[in-house]
Amino acid sequence: MADPTSLTLAEARDRLKSRALSSVELTRAHLAAMERAKSLNAYVVMTPDKALQMARASDERLARGEGGPLEGLPVGVKDLYATEGVHTQACSHILHGFKPTYESTVTANLWRDGAVMLGKLNMDEFAMGSSNETSYYGPVASPWLPPNWSREKARAALAGNKRGLLTPGGSSGGSAAAVAARLCLAATASDTGGSIRQPAAFTGAVGIKPTYGRCSRWGMVAFASSLDQAGPLARTVRDAAIMLRSMAGPDVKDSTCSPEPTADYEAAVGRSVKGLTIGVPKEYRLDGMNPEIEALWSKGAEWLHDAGAKIVEVSLPNTKHALPAYYIVAPAEASSNLARYDGVRYGLREPSSDIVDLYEKTRARGFGAEVRRRLMIGTYVLSAGYYDAYYLRAQKIRTLIKRDFERVFADGVDAILTPATPSAAFGVGEKGSDDPVEMYLNDIFTVTVNMAGLPGLVAPAGLSNEGLPLGLQLIGRPFDEETLFSLGEAMEQAAGRMRLPDPWWA
Amino acid sequence: MTTEPANANLIAGATGDWEVIVGLEVHAQVASRSKLFSGASTAFGGEPNTHVSLIDAAMPGMLPVINRECVAQAIRTGLGLKAKINHRSTFDRKNYFYPDLPQGYQISQYKSPIVGEGEIQVDLSPTYSIKVGIERLHLEQDAGKSLHDQSPTMSFVDLNRSGVALMEIVSKPDMRSADEAKAYVSKLRTILRYIGSCDGDMEKGSLRADINVSVRRPGAPLGTRCEIKNVNSIRFIGQAIEAEARRQIAILEDGGVIDQETRLFDAARGETRSMRSKEEAHDYRYFPDPDLLPLELDPEWVDALAAYLPELPDAKKARFIADHGLTAYDASVLVAEKETADFFESALNHGGTKRDPKAVANWIMGDLSAYANARNAPIVDAGLSAAQLAALVDLIGEGVISGKIAKDVLGLLFGEEKGADPRAVVEKRGLRQVTDAGAIDAAVDAVIAANGDKAEQAKTKPGMLGWFVGQVMKATGGKANPQAVSETLKRKLGL
Repeated sequence: MADPTSLTLAEARDRLKSRALSSVELTRAHLAAMERAKSLNAYVVMTPDKALQMARASDERLARGEGGPLEGLPVGVKDLYATEGVHTQACSHILHGFKPTYESTVTANLWRDGAVMLGKLNMDEFAMGSSNETSYYGPVASPWLPPNWSREKARAALAGNKRGLLTPGGSSGGSAAAVAARLCLAATASDTGGSIRQPAAFTGAVGIKPTYGRCSRWGMVAFASSLDQAGPLARTVRDAAIMLRSMAGPDVKDSTCSPEPTADYEAAVGRSVKGLTIGVPKEYRLDGMNPEIEALWSKGAEWLHDAGAKIVEVSLPNTKHALPAYYIVAPAEASSNLARYDGVRYGLREPSSDIVDLYEKTRARGFGAEVRRRLMIGTYVLSAGYYDAYYLRAQKIRTLIKRDFERVFADGVDAILTPATPSAAFGVGEKGSDDPVEMYLNDIFTVTVNMAGLPGLVAPAGLSNEGLPLGLQLIGRPFDEETLFSLGEAMEQAAGRMRLPDPWWA
Repeated sequence: MTTEPANANLIAGATGDWEVIVGLEVHAQVASRSKLFSGASTAFGGEPNTHVSLIDAAMPGMLPVINRECVAQAIRTGLGLKAKINHRSTFDRKNYFYPDLPQGYQISQYKSPIVGEGEIQVDLSPTYSIKVGIERLHLEQDAGKSLHDQSPTMSFVDLNRSGVALMEIVSKPDMRSADEAKAYVSKLRTILRYIGSCDGDMEKGSLRADINVSVRRPGAPLGTRCEIKNVNSIRFIGQAIEAEARRQIAILEDGGVIDQETRLFDAARGETRSMRSKEEAHDYRYFPDPDLLPLELDPEWVDALAAYLPELPDAKKARFIADHGLTAYDASVLVAEKETADFFESALNHGGTKRDPKAVANWIMGDLSAYANARNAPIVDAGLSAAQLAALVDLIGEGVISGKIAKDVLGLLFGEEKGADPRAVVEKRGLRQVTDAGAIDAAVDAVIAANGDKAEQAKTKPGMLGWFVGQVMKATGGKANPQAVSETLKRKLGL
């Protein structure tokens, strides 16, 4: 039999159910692949003992003809989710040694449905970044070879500082790399401004940021509470749908979580998109836009048109304000959310002479440069005398952005098609070292979705001229993830399944 | 209601009169079993850090969930303050670093509080009241407690209080003296205790006040104010205001200016001292808490809470005056504590028979109150039941014992006859007063016979009647009905 790590989540599920494959076999194959791929740095912690214990329990349930929707399926977990007794640091030094006594709602839902945990995945520190380079545990290498690089050259870079290798994007870089490198069948990720969708586009994976409130945030290390949403990264639209159904759902422990039950998202996969109206927003056609991206976008619209959808141009006039407003709202919330990391109760504590000294030393040592930058921005925009000019104004823009979408949807548009990223994946060390805004611009097509609280799905749509994956984004009505899964699958069908890179790293 | 002379509150300075302006922010701990945003217990006095949930300790990824009971208590209180209930309010974060503030912010209501403007009538005497405006009431979290006295080199933190719900009740600057401020806090405490939304226990810190004080020449614009933080007894509130007003007047009379600042009251020295200046004031960087949705109240729920609100002190006082014929003073005293008012009515109506309200009130406010004070206990916990008091009043009313004997019986009920039925005590101890005319006649005759000369004098000096009554009472061991003795003496002495 072929390497079981190459199976999709749905295929593996069916084989486990038919007993053609055991969860222990499947899990062992993944653990072995993870061991061979250590140098990619996708996992910050592997939990083989826990994985095998969970797999054995799943096999017992499957043998009795029992088991949940994800029974026996090995998945990876972004380091931002609290996992009981297991390293949970959001890849920050300030949470040094932190192992929670509790399990996040999203991961608890996965284990409830039978999933098997392989380990914790690398990410940008506190999810602040678009390349996974801000992680305290170092950058992640994308399994995609840089254009014109030999395996040997790439392996040498992997052994060194990874410079020149491609980033998997961020902040869910470890999740995307692990999914693309077949180090898990699917992974949990999270998205505050594009952290699921940009890595999906960079690695040829499928990612969905559901509607704000669809997944519980309880037990997720917070970055920006009004924007953070959990979501999956997977290799197919169907797999993403299966994952989201288990991850999502009401939770009384999160006041912002929707009380509505989740739909059977998998049932929406394969559903006809005939008659749906797809909006193409003209404001997303930026000056100096990468022609490859522009062409891909048109091709995407064509595919959906061919599948029976109606394509219309729409206007979202406040789009241009979204990125600057996002970089006020998100840091503002972060500056408050991260105040709890003070060295008093858990995590890092630097030796100090008094309490102020303790705060200053611990936070200076514990937070990386990008996190410190955003905490300072956030503190500044909330300060007396600046609040109205920055935070309040950004919130007004946010309302206008929401209204833009509401108007388009009220006009009968079912979903909106946009590019996912301004370019294909870039290299480690290539962007943002001089000007952080260069890195922030990666989120230009994705942040509006978080600002409006809408669901956004990114699916692979083809390869760039240089042979790197490119994705397109579908934005849906609130809580209408089903339409996105139907459209995503139509696009997937048209584009053809993404062929994943061979394991040159192993 | 009458008003006192307009200048009664003025403070005489060396250069003329001054008026003191006081506004209060009272922090009242909400009576609820669990905290404002977590399920942890609010019980007082637990071992340090034993009533702490993951949320209270601000563990990563923890989220607040509003406690409905705390919201209900805030609404009830708002209704009790005759205030506007805001059907939509929001929670904000007040950001600052402190070891006993685990989140690094306090969740409070800054922009849109749950309760808006209201009013309290404050009685300064039975005939003199003022109205004090309520600016707002909002819900917020309490912080934990830093312990600096446990180790010479380290400080410890107890998070038991962290996250406990507080109501911050902000008055308008409507008070003009320390006495008015004390009466306001006292009345507010009474209302809270009636509603049951705060136990009002100042010793446990359930009620604390931040006091804003400024002074001005009568009729002049408001002066610069200073805020005195965290004063935790009504007496200290009065002392702090007086000390602060004196300090400000002294500065102004010396030609100085008042710096707006936060001060602390040092009760031992009877003075306030600077805590931090305006320049050192924190920038709290308030912003809406994104973890909590706006608090939207169902109007029907608010109506239901209003419908089940208990009778409040002002209404009760008015009813005691109207229905029971009590004086304003007696009614005020009785309604100050709800338990006392209930005890009064319970004794008044015990067994379905109505007693003389004035008699019942006098017993409560007089002897019973004295016994309670001696035991440092509330009247209801002094050791006498309403049934016992009712029986005692009945025994007097029926002429079974005299008022004087009743006092003796009360003494017994607080002593060796604890918990006993007063009627049984009277019987058992033979305290029943003598009302039998024959027996009284005989006693009177005996006293007159033994004091013939005095009986003669009494005919011209009627004031001597009292002496004769005393003699007869003495002869009967105090058990004769003094009324009957007096009547009989008058008749026999020909007065």
